[in-house]
Amino acid sequence: MTGFLAVIGRELHLALRGGGDVLTLVLFFVIIGVVVPFAVGPDQALLARLAPGVVWIAAFLAMLLGLDRLFRADNEDGTLILLRQADLPFAAIVAAKVMAHWLVSALPLIVASPMLAVLLAMDLEAFGRTVLSLLVGTPALAAFGAVGAAITVSIRRGGLIAPVLIAPLCVPVLIFGVGAIATGPGPDQSGPALLFLAALSLMALALAPFAAAFAITSGED
Amino acid sequence: MTERQVFGPSFGEMVLRAQGLACGRGGVVLAEALNFVVASGRCLLLRGPNGAGKSTLLLTLAGIVSPLAGGSVLEGTDEDAGPQLHYCGHRNALKPRLSVLENLDFWAALNGPTGMAAPDALDRVGLGHIAGLDAGYLSAGQGRRLALARLLVSVRPLWLLDEPTAALDVEGHALVTELIDAHLDRGGLVVAATHDPITLPDLTRMQTLAMGRAR
Repeated sequence: MTGFLAVIGRELHLALRGGGDVLTLVLFFVIIGVVVPFAVGPDQALLARLAPGVVWIAAFLAMLLGLDRLFRADNEDGTLILLRQADLPFAAIVAAKVMAHWLVSALPLIVASPMLAVLLAMDLEAFGRTVLSLLVGTPALAAFGAVGAAITVSIRRGGLIAPVLIAPLCVPVLIFGVGAIATGPGPDQSGPALLFLAALSLMALALAPFAAAFAITSGED
Repeated sequence: MTERQVFGPSFGEMVLRAQGLACGRGGVVLAEALNFVVASGRCLLLRGPNGAGKSTLLLTLAGIVSPLAGGSVLEGTDEDAGPQLHYCGHRNALKPRLSVLENLDFWAALNGPTGMAAPDALDRVGLGHIAGLDAGYLSAGQGRRLALARLLVSVRPLWLLDEPTAALDVEGHALVTELIDAHLDRGGLVVAATHDPITLPDLTRMQTLAMGRAR
């Protein structure tokens, strides 16, 4: 357990002392929210209807942006090889890195989401649902992202391939993430959508560390 | 989590045995039909020109690269006890933004703090006075010393060293020799690839494997 916590602690240290990294993601997230009202026009009702989708797109893109630093730096300075010799199983180390990745790339977005709510004219209830669906759904994005980053880590300048690889995997997350917020006409299905989103996240978190660890191990060979 | 094997003052009898081992990268065979036995308290030096496959052999022994044929086994250890080796490659795996001590503490926590305390290990490799410095400011030789300190904070019987003396000054060379010698005293095993001559006080502990074709 100390090893597991040591990995998380180190990742947090590295991300927070870098300072800029985390802030860049948050700014990117907010900028999308700022730009959309200008592009769509100042129709408050339309904005409020688009808001759940826009928030999820912004979160998805911002998380893709931070994906490349998950394994690449460790691969380049030789840390990744040494992590495989640790007392801890390598998949557990990858799991710790995924958690840390969520903490530094998803949690700040959720903290910053009130700004988007204001910009996109969301009401309080829709905002509450948005925060909940982001909390439940972003772990799946982090987990899928880790698999993509692991597959492309041995490719030089593979940073752009990972988002292409994982985009299809992330589509269900976006569908149910938005579904868990939407307050459109017809029967309210946000509850089941949220449950499905939770199932997606749990499954992705359980399987992704093994898949990512396997991808790194066989990529080195 | 695997049960950690606890070692006393000595490791006990262990043997690293390679039989018909062939290794290579990217489909190219670099070395084949390697047979060697390294017993407790012995150091195997890999010699050979650049590209002879020394580093690849070390990676193969470490289990990072799978062997093309044959295999190697460390006999005399508990199968379930987790990794029994330290690999020290040419990249030092240091993180800027973390201090020297934080870098070392991380590896101690991850590999198990079974050896020296981190500050003592830093003193041993001559970095005690800059424990609080950002590791990004270290020179190449200092980075190397910090990488060697990692071997001291967690006790493992087999050391695989790739150019351990690279970038080190004369005292650094002596330090590497002393560390290897102390490790062999405990009954540890060392496989080192090097171009610099490493001369242990007791020459009977050293054996050499010449790799690569004669030109």
